[in-house]
Amino acid sequence: MSDHYPALVLLAPLFGALVIGLFGLRDHRVCLPVVVSALGVSLFAAISLVLSVSSGGPVDYFVAGWKEPIGIGIQLRADAINTPLLVVIAIVALLAAIFSIRPAAERDSEKTPYFYVLFLLLCVGLFGITITADAFNVFVLIEVTALSSYGLVAIGQSKRGKVAAFHYLIMGTVGASFYLLGVGYLYLKLGSLNMQDIHGILASDDALADSRAIRTAFVFILVGIWTKMAFFPLHGWLPNAYSYSPSGSAAILAPLVTKVSVYVMVRMMVSVFGLDRLEANVEWGHFVVWLAIIAIAAGSTMALAQREIKKMLCCLIIAEVGYMVGGAWLGDPQRWGLTGTVYHILADALMTSCLFLAAGIFAKWLGALKLEDLSGLFRKMPLAAAGFVVGGLAIIGVPPTCGFYSKFYLIRGGIESGQWTYVVALLASSLVNAVLFFRIFEIAYFGKKPADSHGDDHGHDHESEPVVRLEPPLHALIPLLVAAALLVLLGLFNGPVVEFIRTGLIETAAVVSTGR
Amino acid sequence: MKAKIFASIAVAITGAVLLYAVSDFPRFGDPRSPANAGVEGGSPSASLYYIENTYRDTKVPNLVTAILADYRGYDTMFETVVILTAGMSIFAILRVLRRDDAPGAPASAPDSSDHSIDGDHHRIIVATTCRIAAPLIQIFALYVVAHGHHSPGGGFQGGVMLGASFILLALSGSLRDTLVRFSEQQYLRLAFIGILIYAGFGFLPLWVGRNFLDYGALSGLLMTSGEEMARSHSMLGVEIGVAMTVMSIMFAIFANLSTRGRLHGGL
Amino acid sequence: MQSFFQEAVIPHFNFWIYVIIMMVGLWSVIAKNNLIKKLIGLSIFQTAILLLYVSLGVKEGATIPVLDHHALIESSHSESSEGSGKKAIAINPDHYANPLPHVLMLTAIVVGVATLGVALALTQMIYKDFGTIEEDEVLKKIKALHDDV
Repeated sequence: MSDHYPALVLLAPLFGALVIGLFGLRDHRVCLPVVVSALGVSLFAAISLVLSVSSGGPVDYFVAGWKEPIGIGIQLRADAINTPLLVVIAIVALLAAIFSIRPAAERDSEKTPYFYVLFLLLCVGLFGITITADAFNVFVLIEVTALSSYGLVAIGQSKRGKVAAFHYLIMGTVGASFYLLGVGYLYLKLGSLNMQDIHGILASDDALADSRAIRTAFVFILVGIWTKMAFFPLHGWLPNAYSYSPSGSAAILAPLVTKVSVYVMVRMMVSVFGLDRLEANVEWGHFVVWLAIIAIAAGSTMALAQREIKKMLCCLIIAEVGYMVGGAWLGDPQRWGLTGTVYHILADALMTSCLFLAAGIFAKWLGALKLEDLSGLFRKMPLAAAGFVVGGLAIIGVPPTCGFYSKFYLIRGGIESGQWTYVVALLASSLVNAVLFFRIFEIAYFGKKPADSHGDDHGHDHESEPVVRLEPPLHALIPLLVAAALLVLLGLFNGPVVEFIRTGLIETAAVVSTGR
Repeated sequence: MKAKIFASIAVAITGAVLLYAVSDFPRFGDPRSPANAGVEGGSPSASLYYIENTYRDTKVPNLVTAILADYRGYDTMFETVVILTAGMSIFAILRVLRRDDAPGAPASAPDSSDHSIDGDHHRIIVATTCRIAAPLIQIFALYVVAHGHHSPGGGFQGGVMLGASFILLALSGSLRDTLVRFSEQQYLRLAFIGILIYAGFGFLPLWVGRNFLDYGALSGLLMTSGEEMARSHSMLGVEIGVAMTVMSIMFAIFANLSTRGRLHGGL
Repeated sequence: MQSFFQEAVIPHFNFWIYVIIMMVGLWSVIAKNNLIKKLIGLSIFQTAILLLYVSLGVKEGATIPVLDHHALIESSHSESSEGSGKKAIAINPDHYANPLPHVLMLTAIVVGVATLGVALALTQMIYKDFGTIEEDEVLKKIKALHDDV
C-alpha cells in the first residue's frame, strides 16, 4: 500500500464523505469518528510522503498506470514543495473538525452531516490541488474546493453569509474560468496538459516560450489564481465570506483555501513556466512585487480600520497574501524569497487556523464579535487567551514562533534581490500587526471598556468583582492550544524545514528545466 | 452607472489582451496545430496517441468515452464529485429540515406565492402524456449510458436524461407524487452509491498492487479475456455509477430549487 | 481594412467570436444589477470558454472521434490471426477530430451546471431573506441589519 500514498491522501477523505453520506445522514454520531479517522489516514500518508521525499526525492504516481508517453494519463507528484503543505492541510483540517463538533451542530443540528460531507469534500479538493501535476486536473479540483466552500459559507443562519457566498461564487467562478482559459491557451500552443511536459517544451523552445499566446496564458492563469487567493485588487469577496460564515467553516476555509491558491501560483511558476524564464523577464517580477507591496499596505490599513475581530483577521489574510505573492516574485538567485514564501504558506496556514479558532471561541462562548467585547479576556478564559496571544505574536513575527522565521527568510530574499520597498513594506506591516494585537491584548488584559458596547456588563471595576471562569469546553480548547504549540514547534524547527523546501525548490527548478 | 463604466473598462482590457494573443494562434481547423498534432519537432501530442492507440488499449471505439473514463478517469471521478458537491451545497443552503428553523417561511401553511398544481385535474392530458413518455425516456437514457462505448453518449448524458424524466413527471404531475416514487432518502443514497461505484472500481486495483483506477487489473475479477476487455467493461461500470449520481443530483437540485428546500408545494 | 480581415480575422474567426461572446458575459457579470442577470452573464462567460476549447479540436474534413466500428473489428480479427495483437491498427488521425478538448469540456460543462445550481439556490435564499434580487437594494438592506451573526 505504501506505493499508493499520493492517491491515498485524498481518497481517504473522499471515502469518508461517502460513508457519512450513506450512514451519517440518519445517525449523526457516525460523522465525527469518520471525519477524524479519514483525516488521520491522510495525515499519516502525508507524513509518510514527506519521509519518502526526504530520503528518495520526488514521488511520481501515474493514475490508472498510464505512464508512457508522458501526458496521456494524469500524474500525481509529491515533492519537497507540496508534501509539507499536505501535512499542514491535514493538521489544520483535523483541528477544525474537532473544533466544529458543536458549532456546526448548534443551530442547525439536522445539517451536521451535510456540513461534514462538504468539509471532507473540501479537504479532497485541497489535497488534490496540492498533489496533482496536471494543469487541467487543478481546475477540476479548484471547483470541488470552491463549490464546497460556497456551501460551507452559506450553511449557517446568517443572512449576510448568503450574500457573501453569492459574491464569493461570482468572483470564484470568474477566477476559475480565467485559469481554465489560461490552461486552454497553453494547450492550444503546446498540445499538452501535463505540467512537466509543458515545462519541458517551454524550456527547450525560447521563441515559443516568449510568444504572445504563452504570455497571455500566464497572465490569465495568474489573474485567475489571484482572484482565488484574494490578492489585493481582487480581494473583494474574502472579508465578508469568511467573517459571516459559521465558525466551524471559517476555521477551515480561512487558513487553507487562500494558501493552497498561493501554492498553485508557486507551482505554476516553478514547474510550469520555470524560474529561469521568469528571471529573464525581470520587469514582470518588479511589477508583481509592486502589486504585492500595495496589497500589503492595503491589507494592513484595512485591518487598522476594522472593529470586528473576524473582519480584522480577514484583512490580515489579505496582507499576508501580499507577503507571499511578493516573496515568490522577488527572484533572488539563492531562492530565499521563494523558500520563504513556501515556508510562509505553512506558517500562515497554522497562524490563521490558530487565530480563527480563537475568534470562533470568543464569538461562541463569550459572544464577543467586536474588539471591545474582549475586555477581561485573560481572567475569563486564560488558556484560550494564551493560545490567541501565541497566534498574535506569530503573526506579528516574534521569535521563536514560525512567523518570525518566515518573515526573516522573506526579508533575506528581499535584501538579496534589492527590493528594498518590499522589505520596508514587510517591516511596516509587522509594525501595524503589533499595534493591532497589542491593542487587543491591552483591552483583554486591562479590561479597558470603552462606552458600554455590550449587554452583559461585568461591572466597571473588575478587580473587586469575582470573575467567572468561562473557559471553553475541551473540544474547542485543545485544537487552539495544539495550533499554538505547532506555531512554536514549526518556528523552532525552521532550519530543517526550510532546508528541505529549499533543496527541493532548487532541484525542481533545475531538473525540469534541463529538458525532457 | 459606476458599475457600467468599470465593467466597460474591465471588458475592454480583458478583450484586448485576449485578442492580442489571437494572431499567434493556429488557423481554424488546422490538423497540424499543436493541440492536434503536438509541437513542431517535439513528441506527438497526447491526442494523436489517443486516436491511434485507444482501440488497441481499451477496445472502445468511442475515443471520448475511453479518454473520459480511462485515460483521464481521475478527472472524471472528480467531475462526478463536483456534481455531488453542488448537490450537497444546495442541500446545505436551501433544505429546510426542521420547520421551526425557518421563521421567515411559514412552511406548514400553503404559501400563496407558490403556484401549486397538486391535485390539479385540468391538466390530465399533459400529465398522462408525460407519464407515458417518462418510461420511454428512461429506456432511451439507459441505452445512452450503455451504448456510450460505441456512439456519442455515456454516464453524464444518460444520467441527465434519467434525471429529466423524473423532472418531467414532477412538472407535469406533482412533485409530491414523484417524491413518493423516488424519495429523498433514495436519491441521496443513490448519489453517494454512484460515486462509491466509481471510486470502488478505482480502488480495487490497489489490492493487487496496481495504481488507482487501473482497470486492467480487474481482468481476473470481471472474467474477461484480457486487460483491454477489462478496461472496456470497467468503463461501463464506472459510467453506470456516474449516471446514478447525475440522475439523483439533477432531480435533487430541481426538487429543492422548485420548492425552496421544503419539498412540497412549489411548481 | 480588408487585408486586416483576411489576415487576422478570418483564419482565426473562432477566436474572435469566442472573445466577443465571453466579453458579453463578463460585462453583464460586472455591470448588471439583477442577480439572475449576473448569473446569465456568468453562464455565457463559461460557455464561451467551451467554445474556445471545442474549436481547438476541429480538423478540416474530419469526423467525430468515434472510430468506425465494423472496420476495426475486421482489422483486429485479421490481426489476431496473424498473431500480432499489439500492432497498431492503421488509423489516420486526420480523419478524426481531436477527442481531448471534448473530454475536457464535458468536465467544464458539468462544473458550469453545478455552479449555476448553487448560485440559483443562493439567489433564492437572498430573495427569501431580503425580498429582492436587485443587488443595490440587497446591499442597502444589509447595511440596515443590526444583529446578525
